[in-house]
Amino acid sequence: MKKSIIAAVIALSLSLSFVGCSSSNKDKVVLNVLNYGEYIDMGLLDEFEKTHDVKINYEIYPTPEDMYTKVKSGATNFDLIISSDYMIERLINEGWVQELNYENIPNYQYIDEDFRKTAYDPDGKYTVPYFWGTLGILYDTTKVEGTPTSWDLLWDKEYSGQILMMDSQRDSLGAALKKLGYSLNTTNEFELEEAKQLLIQQKPLVLAYVVDEVRDMMIGGEAAVALLWSGEAVAAMGENENLAYYVPEEGSNVWVDAIFIPKTATHKKEAEMFINFLTDKDNTLRNIDYVWYSTVHKEAIKEVEEFLFDNPGFNPSDDILERTEMFRDLGDSLQLYYRIWTEILAN
Amino acid sequence: MNKKQKFFAYPYVIWMFIFIVLPIVLVFLYSITTKEVNNIKTINFTLNNYKLFFDPLYIGVTIRSINLALVSTILCLVLGYPIAYIISKIHSKHRNTVLLLFILPMWMNMLLRTYAWMTILGNNGIINNFLNMLGLPSIRLLYNNSSIIIGMVYNFLPFMVLPIYTALSKMDQHLVEASHDLGADNRTTFLKVILPLSLPGVISGIIMVFMPAVSSFVIPRLLGGNRSLYIGTLIENLFLVTGDWNFGSAVAIMMMLIILVSMSILNRFDVDKEGSGSNLW
Repeated sequence: MKKSIIAAVIALSLSLSFVGCSSSNKDKVVLNVLNYGEYIDMGLLDEFEKTHDVKINYEIYPTPEDMYTKVKSGATNFDLIISSDYMIERLINEGWVQELNYENIPNYQYIDEDFRKTAYDPDGKYTVPYFWGTLGILYDTTKVEGTPTSWDLLWDKEYSGQILMMDSQRDSLGAALKKLGYSLNTTNEFELEEAKQLLIQQKPLVLAYVVDEVRDMMIGGEAAVALLWSGEAVAAMGENENLAYYVPEEGSNVWVDAIFIPKTATHKKEAEMFINFLTDKDNTLRNIDYVWYSTVHKEAIKEVEEFLFDNPGFNPSDDILERTEMFRDLGDSLQLYYRIWTEILAN
Repeated sequence: MNKKQKFFAYPYVIWMFIFIVLPIVLVFLYSITTKEVNNIKTINFTLNNYKLFFDPLYIGVTIRSINLALVSTILCLVLGYPIAYIISKIHSKHRNTVLLLFILPMWMNMLLRTYAWMTILGNNGIINNFLNMLGLPSIRLLYNNSSIIIGMVYNFLPFMVLPIYTALSKMDQHLVEASHDLGADNRTTFLKVILPLSLPGVISGIIMVFMPAVSSFVIPRLLGGNRSLYIGTLIENLFLVTGDWNFGSAVAIMMMLIILVSMSILNRFDVDKEGSGSNLW
């Protein structure tokens, strides 16, 4: 009995001390930020907190689909979210995104015009682009012979048990659709059925379906070939010089991640200040050094190091980009994709 | 139960209501409606979510999960019973130390322990490096059913050992002596006296391993590389990726039913009505 009283006292005093901490922060604005994992130099958050007297409550998520359910569940009212094109499009269509006041974001002038009015935000009213990149194949040059240029590498029996696919339905299905010469955004059931068969046929060759582990597994030489996003690939190439990345010639996905403020935000002013802070040139350069994705910043791109500028993962040629396609919101057809992806995994 | 004791039970009753009963009611509500249940005016009842569950696709997933859980449970039992027996036979001076050593890994987060298995089994892992050192070729150990089962047995073994150990150590040793006095050899004593008396512990152990094994999603994901879909992963995907909480809830309810049914079947073997978690540790 005595012990439990002591425990209760300790618990009580601990909880009181936490209350003490939070009360000193009471007058500070708390900015709820939601972002992909490993997608910002955390030092920037500290710096913004210090210089703007704001407290940032930072949360992360793995895939755009997770972000969507997280926002829709309404457990936290996020003030600022960084996510991908097609999922932002879906939220804009559903009326969940606020228009931005670009006067509060003077650094917006440095954003490349090519990225300002894109398919997901055609009038450029809701978003500020953050990074962009491609979907391609990272391979180990010590295990793969020659210089592959096609999606076929992911279906090559030679590398059975050494192929990594992504546990992200749009990306993995996208690879199969592009190999077949179809659009990434197809809602045609027959085309999707073909893609499904192709991925089921590939399954015995696949080592694992992962997302966050791909980078480390490729660096560690656990696999020979992996479907991957460009920035992850550039980061992996920085750690293991035997790795190479290419965007298959049949075409692939190009994506833009952007910052937006949801309708439920409570601190729009501070959120816009934070967007401006992130689009500052020096801060963007700092961020590039951490996330390794391609930048949308007109001034920052001039100052990136040469090895990055020459890397096809960071700076793909126009020729490659011409053959790429952006993901679009699929509306109700999304259910079809879910079903097909479940069937592939359950097979 | 006197008044004072009742008073002490209230916090638990409230706790149970908020964190156990209410969530189950909510999950059930989601499973028999379409879309949101927050707005009572627009609530729409349906049984379609359950109908969908009986699609061969999801039945297949369920059967595969049950098989995997059964194999893990049987392996845990085969490994766990001798361990519990040996621990219960150790001199009481050292017994607690051995028990502590056995539980020690559980102090560490389960995720970390599972990640550790990844580095042991990986293509460049400890085992394969050792094989290569001996001049042998690497073998693929990670990302198949065996690696999932290894992970499950490793993680859930203590849940099997501890109840069996409790049952064995609580057993009246005079019964064993009596059995010997009446001329029974070791084998007969074990089969006729020790085993039946430890049955409640065995049943608790089976339940406590089977339940997490059938619903685990972390282990199939990390050690199985998501190469096949299990019911735990399916529910996780339905809630987090697809955002289809209604169907996800229906699958969750079905899984609870499967566990309940298997528990009630097991309880029939529990002649003394002693086990099933009532007096575990």
